[in-house]
Amino acid sequence: MMRAHRFDVIVVGAGGAGLMAARYAAQRPGVSVAVISKLYPTRSHTGAAQGGVGAALGNVSEDHPEWHAFDTIKGGDYLTDQDVAERFAEEVVEAVYELEHMGLPFNRTPEGKIAQRKFGGHTRDFGKSAVERACYAADRTGHMILQTLYQQAIKDRVNFFNEFHVLDLILEDGACQGVVAYELATGTLHTFHAKATVVATGGNGRIFKVTSNAHALTGDLMSIAYRRGLPIEDPEFYQFHPTGLYKLGVLLTEGARGEGAILRNGVGERFMERYAPTIKDLAPRDMVSRAMYLEIREGRGAGPDKDYIHLDLTHIDAHVIEERLPDITEFSRIYLGVDPVKELVPIQPTAHYAMGGIPTTIDTQVISDGANTVVPGLYAAGEVACASIHGANRLGTNSLGDLIVFGRKAGMESARFAAGEAHGDLPSGVQDRARDLVETMRHGPRKERVAHLRRELQESMQDHASVFRTEAFLRKQVGILRDLNERYKDVGVEDEGHQFNTELLEAIELGFLLDNAEQLVHAALNRTESRGAHSREDFQERDDAEWLKHTLIYQDPGGGPAGDGVRIDYKPVTLGKYEPKPRTY
Amino acid sequence: MQINVKIKRFNPEADARPYWAEYTLEARGADRVLDVINHLKWEVDGTLAFRRSCAHGICGSDAMLINGVNRLACKVLVRDLGKRITIEPIRGLAVLKDLIVDMEPFLDAYKAVLPFFINDDPPPPAERLQSAEERAVFDETTKCILCAACTTSCPVFWTNGRYIGPAAIVNAHRFIFDSRDQGAAERLGVLNQANGLWRCRTAYNCTEACPRDIPVTRAIEEVKRALLWRGA
Repeated sequence: MMRAHRFDVIVVGAGGAGLMAARYAAQRPGVSVAVISKLYPTRSHTGAAQGGVGAALGNVSEDHPEWHAFDTIKGGDYLTDQDVAERFAEEVVEAVYELEHMGLPFNRTPEGKIAQRKFGGHTRDFGKSAVERACYAADRTGHMILQTLYQQAIKDRVNFFNEFHVLDLILEDGACQGVVAYELATGTLHTFHAKATVVATGGNGRIFKVTSNAHALTGDLMSIAYRRGLPIEDPEFYQFHPTGLYKLGVLLTEGARGEGAILRNGVGERFMERYAPTIKDLAPRDMVSRAMYLEIREGRGAGPDKDYIHLDLTHIDAHVIEERLPDITEFSRIYLGVDPVKELVPIQPTAHYAMGGIPTTIDTQVISDGANTVVPGLYAAGEVACASIHGANRLGTNSLGDLIVFGRKAGMESARFAAGEAHGDLPSGVQDRARDLVETMRHGPRKERVAHLRRELQESMQDHASVFRTEAFLRKQVGILRDLNERYKDVGVEDEGHQFNTELLEAIELGFLLDNAEQLVHAALNRTESRGAHSREDFQERDDAEWLKHTLIYQDPGGGPAGDGVRIDYKPVTLGKYEPKPRTY
Repeated sequence: MQINVKIKRFNPEADARPYWAEYTLEARGADRVLDVINHLKWEVDGTLAFRRSCAHGICGSDAMLINGVNRLACKVLVRDLGKRITIEPIRGLAVLKDLIVDMEPFLDAYKAVLPFFINDDPPPPAERLQSAEERAVFDETTKCILCAACTTSCPVFWTNGRYIGPAAIVNAHRFIFDSRDQGAAERLGVLNQANGLWRCRTAYNCTEACPRDIPVTRAIEEVKRALLWRGA
C-alpha cells in the first residue's frame, strides 16, 4: 500500500532543532508544516542534555557575545567559521530569551533572572578565567527545552507523524522534493512531497561502544544524504565527553565541574592542573578526555584495573548537589550504587557528539560541494548538520545553542523558500529505493545477526578510532569496516511481520551506522594532523599550512584513490578577527 | 547468574490473544531490565517488540509493568528484582504488539489540559522575572517525561479510560503554579469536568510508579485545593 502526503515544509526529526524549525516555519502565513519523527517527539535525545545553554546574558557576571564567539572559535581549534560563530553568539542571546518567553522554567538568580553557571571553555575577556554563561534548568536543561518546544507545538497545532522512519530523500535534478518514510505501526511506505525539507535528526553516537547517545542515534540522514551523493563535512571530529559513567557511558554533566567538581586520578591527584593550569577541570572536552586517557595509560587510573578516573563532588554542599544536579546524582546512585555526595564517582570518556555532519551555509541551506553550491529545498540543523560552528571541538552548552539558533533559522528559511515555490513533479518510482531497502532486509539470508555485527562495529570503532588515532589503527579499521559491510549483505530478520517490526528497522539502522563509521574513519585517516577532537599520535601538531580546511567526504562506489569507495574534497575555513594561535588554557 | 524472565506477548498478525513466553538466560545484577530484553531480542527472538531509546530514564519510552510495578525498563536493575522477572505492557491502554501500547489516548488527555505556557502580555526585551521561590513551587512537576507509568498504574484509569489521569494533572500543575502563566482558570475548568480531577481517589499508585520521583498525589491535591479556593 502506498500513501502520499503533501506539505509546504516537512521537518525530519522532532528534537530541539526540528521542533524549533517547525515552530518558525509554521509562523509564516499560509505555509503548511509537518514533522516526521522515528520516535514520539518527547523521546528525542535533546531531552538528555543536562548542563545548560550558553548565552552571554551577563546575569551573574559581565559577559559579551564577542567573548562567547571567541571561546567558540578557540574551542573549535580555529576550524570554526568565524562569521558563523559571531552571528551564533549574538542570536543565541535572543533565542534563550525566546525560550523563556515560551515558559521554559530556568533556575533563577536572586534577582529573578535566568541563572547561569560556569562551563568548560567558556571564559571572560578572551580566556582570562571561567565565566558563568550556561543558562540552566537544574541538570535537565535539554529536557526542559524539549518539553517546552513540544508544548508550543501542541499550542500551534503542528502536524506530527510519529514513529515514521525516513528511509530516503527525494532528490530530483539536484533539488529536494521531500522524503519517503516507513510507518512503524503498519509497515507502510509514505511519500511526503514537500517544497522544502528540513533535516534535524541528531547524531550518530551508536557507532561507538561506550556512548551517551540513545539507541535511536544511528546517523540515518547522514547516511541517506551520503548515499544520495551529498558530502559529509568534518566527520573525523567526534567529541568524547569526559564524564560518562564507567562502562555505561551515561552522561554526567560538565555542569558538575561548573559547580566545583574535580577530576582525580587513581592516586587522588587533581591532574588537570598539569594540563590546563588556568581553567583546570573546566578545560574543553577534547583536552580533558585526552588527559584522562593519558593518566590511565601512564598507570594512574583508578579501580582494580586502573582503567577509570574519579569525579569528586564530595566537597560540594549536599544541598547544592541535590538542587542543581539531582539527575546525575540519581544516575550515579542507581547505575553504579555510588552516592556522589559522599563517594567518588567512577567515570570514563563517552562518545557524545558529532561536530561534523551534512554541510550547510550560515543560513542552514544544505550544500553539495566546497564552492557552497546550494541544494534547493534542503535544509539541515542541529547535530546532523555542520554549519561549521563547532569546528574541531564543540564547547559544552553550544549544542543546545546550535539547536535553537539554527533550528529557528532553518524554519524561517525553509518557509521563505517554500512560499515562493510550487510543488515540483515527483520522479517516477519515488518509493523504489526505500522499498528495496525494506524488502532486501525483510528477505535477507539471515546468515549474520544484526546485533553481532553492530557489536563488532562499536567495539572496533572504540578501539581504533576514538580519542587517540594512528595510521595503523585507522587502516586496520578500514579493513574491519570493509569486512563488516560484506557480512552486512548476509543479515536478515526473523520478524517478517508488518506491524511494529522494530527488528527490521534495527537492521536498516545498522547499514546507516556502517556508512557513518566509514565517513569518520576515512576522514580521520586522511587528516594527517592533530586538531581539536581529532588527535593523531603520528601527527601530533596542528598543521595550519596544510589543514586549516574542512573535509568534505563523498561516497564514490568503486572509486576513490585507494579503491575505498570514498572521495575527499575540501572547503575553506572562514577566518576573521582571530588569528589561529596555539590553544592553551 | 541465571534468571527466569516471563514476558506477556502478543503479535496482532499471528496471535488471537496474549500469551506468556518464558526465557532463561544469564544476567548480571547490574544489568538493566532493558539490557535483558535487548539481549532476548538480539540473541533469542528478534520478533520481541518494545520501545526504547535513551536507556537511562530520561526519554520515557520503556515504561512497563515489571514484577507488578510500573517502571522504566532502563531504570530498574536485575539485582533489585531477583531471579524471577515478569514483564507486561502497562495497563489500560490497548496493546499493539508485545510491550508496545497505544499512547494516543494518553497524549489526548495530556493535550486536553492546555499543557503549554499561556501569557498574552507582550514579553519584555529580556526574561520575565521570577523569584527562586516562585520557581521552586512547580519544580517537581517540570520533571515529567510523559512515560505514562503513573496514569497506567491508576485503578480509576483502569476502570474508566476516559479519566484524564495523573500525568495530565501533573502537567496542568506545572503551569497552574507558574507565576508567569495566565491560563490557570481555563485549565482548572477542564479539570473540573466529569472525567477530571475529582475522579482521583488518592490511591497513591501514581506516586509510587513515577520514575522521576514526582510527588504526583501531592501535586493532584494541590490542584484540587486550587480548584476549591480559586474556583473554575
